[in-house]
Amino acid sequence: MTAESAQPDVRPRRLSKDEIEANFADLHPPLSRSEALIEADRCYFCYDAPCTTACPTGIDIPSFIQKIRSDNIQGSARTILRENIMGGMCARVCPTEVLCEEACVRNTHEEKPVEIGLLQRYATDPIIDARTQLFPRAEASGKRVAVVGGGPAGLSCAHRLAVLGHEVVIFNRDEKPGGLNEYGIAAYKTVDDFAQIEIDYILGVGGIEVRHSCALGEDVQLPELVDEFDAVFLGIGLGQPNDLGIEGEDKDGVINAIDYIAALRQADDKSRMPIGKTVVVIGGGMTAIDIAVQSRHLGARQVHMVYRRGPEKMSASVFEQALAQTSGVTIHHRAPPKRIIGDDHVTGVEFETDDGTFVLYADMVFKAIGQQMEGIGDIAMENGRIVVDDGHRTSLAHVWAGGDCVIGGDDLTVSAVQHGKLAAIDIDRQLRGAKSG
Amino acid sequence: MTGNCGVQRVADLKTTFLGIESPNPFWLASAPPTDKAYNVNRAFEAGWGGVVWKTLGEDGPPIVNVSGPRYSALHSNERRVIGFNNIELITDRPLQTNLDEIRQVKRDWPDRAMVVSVMLPMNEKAWADNLPRIEDTGADAFELNFGCPHGMSERGMGAAVGQVPEYIQMATEWAKKASSIPVIVKLTPNVANILPPAKAALDGGADAVSLINTINSIMGVNHDTLTMYPTTDGMGTHGGYCGEAVKPIALNMVAEIARSPATRGLPISGIGGVTDWRDAVDFLALGASNVQVCTAAMVYGFKIVDDLVDGLSTFLDDKGISLDQLVGKAVPSVTDWQYLNLNYVEKAVIDQDLCIKCGRCHVVCEDTSHQAITHTVDGERRFEVIDEECVGCNLCVSICPVDSCITMKQTSGDSDPKLNWTAHPNNPMRNTD
Repeated sequence: MTAESAQPDVRPRRLSKDEIEANFADLHPPLSRSEALIEADRCYFCYDAPCTTACPTGIDIPSFIQKIRSDNIQGSARTILRENIMGGMCARVCPTEVLCEEACVRNTHEEKPVEIGLLQRYATDPIIDARTQLFPRAEASGKRVAVVGGGPAGLSCAHRLAVLGHEVVIFNRDEKPGGLNEYGIAAYKTVDDFAQIEIDYILGVGGIEVRHSCALGEDVQLPELVDEFDAVFLGIGLGQPNDLGIEGEDKDGVINAIDYIAALRQADDKSRMPIGKTVVVIGGGMTAIDIAVQSRHLGARQVHMVYRRGPEKMSASVFEQALAQTSGVTIHHRAPPKRIIGDDHVTGVEFETDDGTFVLYADMVFKAIGQQMEGIGDIAMENGRIVVDDGHRTSLAHVWAGGDCVIGGDDLTVSAVQHGKLAAIDIDRQLRGAKSG
Repeated sequence: MTGNCGVQRVADLKTTFLGIESPNPFWLASAPPTDKAYNVNRAFEAGWGGVVWKTLGEDGPPIVNVSGPRYSALHSNERRVIGFNNIELITDRPLQTNLDEIRQVKRDWPDRAMVVSVMLPMNEKAWADNLPRIEDTGADAFELNFGCPHGMSERGMGAAVGQVPEYIQMATEWAKKASSIPVIVKLTPNVANILPPAKAALDGGADAVSLINTINSIMGVNHDTLTMYPTTDGMGTHGGYCGEAVKPIALNMVAEIARSPATRGLPISGIGGVTDWRDAVDFLALGASNVQVCTAAMVYGFKIVDDLVDGLSTFLDDKGISLDQLVGKAVPSVTDWQYLNLNYVEKAVIDQDLCIKCGRCHVVCEDTSHQAITHTVDGERRFEVIDEECVGCNLCVSICPVDSCITMKQTSGDSDPKLNWTAHPNNPMRNTD
């Protein structure tokens, strides 16, 4: 049999519902109180702590851990959420191994950092579960701000603006708010509908109206928003996924990873998701890892993740790569795809390497090679992303932007939250008429 | 190796204290672990060198203990017990039961020290009546409990005696008169100065002192009810504090007795927070001839004696000294502040290879000391001592989480003239000879 003559095998229910549920359980189960206290005791309460410097939102990590030690959970959550209102989600999805935990001085001492992510979850979960609002809103400013995009950047910006006393309307493209938190993150990283629980909590501050199924450029236009509102924040993420640009890309079974991940996140019964017996993932980032691991969890027998460059260039962290490998994913390096094989439906992929080509059978092929953005009016762009200054102002008056759609966006929830926060602070300064740089 | 086929020599820990022999210097202190034969038999099976039997009182209606919490603890975050507190009284079993068991245990374990703790009212008759009866069990010595800080002290015994040197001397005299075996006086730390009680014991004829008993303490407040903790039916009382946290207080008192001209030479049984063999070395080097242990056994069980014995033997082997040579070895190094050499200078040195860059040394020096440690050097996160500012206070050494990363290095010369406060030019009362 060759790839050309193979029969595609794509079907749901490769595993039982119970097996699938177990496979999609919490990747890192939460800490118990005693585990948290022991772990918190490991924090050295560093001066000018390297972990805080490494956190894109600058959370005062030693302080929040100190408060866990003293059983002051609410104070701990306040320290976290003051800088990062999505501290709950970030505790689950941040690649801490390349952020705070990589910087932890315990690495030097004993090669085992303090489990900052799990401690952050320990501190924030009870506050979010109980919907305890920790930040009272300032006196109403009478100003209104439009936030385009209901993802992490938009929600962070909206929350901070609401706390600062402004009224906010979020224009959200999707049916549900959350952006990639709801539609993009691997299901085993955020179980039990946590994304929506957290959004409930964030919106609970008050002063934020959300209009769903309201896409920029279709249902609403930027110039209208600029006219109607005192300020506009764009947190619109990236647009269409990139194409491979190779022969056979239009065959059945060749799927954009982000579309499948979104469908999987929204599926009530994940065992109903059709998955190939053999799956090939093309790409080397977090999305590629997420789809490869989830394919295995859905019951794919063989999953290959193929990246065109060497391991050192992969944007997926070492931890994520190891997670894929222990989940049974085979990672191939330095092999750009040459063509997709098959009649109507894909049956294989041919790759090029330094020493000739090779073919992998494939019942499904996932493309995970990034997304691109289309321009918005005459807003200044660079390398396909919006240009912003330190305060996250764009080239257009009264328009700010943040998250994946701007230069410096790096596909991390935590960075998007920081952009939204910085923009809100700058918008506030502007709306209150303060002189700004 | 000296022809013993590679088997390491293990130092002999056999101890003779007041003529009482025990296979090692580790005795269980008078407390719940030594309340009855069952416990003491288990202790001797585990290898303890001796026991001080839980305090006996006068014959009569037995003592009544509370049936609510008797103990509570100060914990680390990992729930390691750092300090411990109790409000238990002396034995609550009939005197004859205790005497029968003491007799039997001593007969079964003739090589172990059997000391009996006693607490009696302040009249000579009580001592004359009771001590011979107890001595008849074959016990090796008495320990007079002048330290119990709760309950019994309210009845004019325990610490109520131990806080008044005249009473100590009087009761010690009565005890000596009524017995023919050695008498150890157990001292309470709940005094301003430990020397007068120790001197009183000596003057009363005590053969030795043991210290410290527990320290008056309240462990905390229940944050739900805002009542003190622990309570018995809603009310609480101070208890006796012990465990690791009290060791430094005990060591000071032991050293004071060991070095004071008035009490020097009085044998000491050291008590207070001994948890592992290193604690024992501290007590022994500061003048105790043996040590008594309670809290560590109550936290971990009797098996900890294995580390105490093994660790001390190994230590003595490594040092090449005997147990007797260790006793009091550090006493000459204890003096008054006024005799410290003010011309001696040390500076902290940070080993950059060991430094994990937590910055704690910098911030504590910056915030609370002498601004003598850098935070940044040439734009890099780097912690270095600024010698001109360092006063050698040892704060950074004390708080650094990495063992041996920061050390103190002498910068004054060994041949530099010594100068202490008694002769210092800034001292208006200086000795001008």
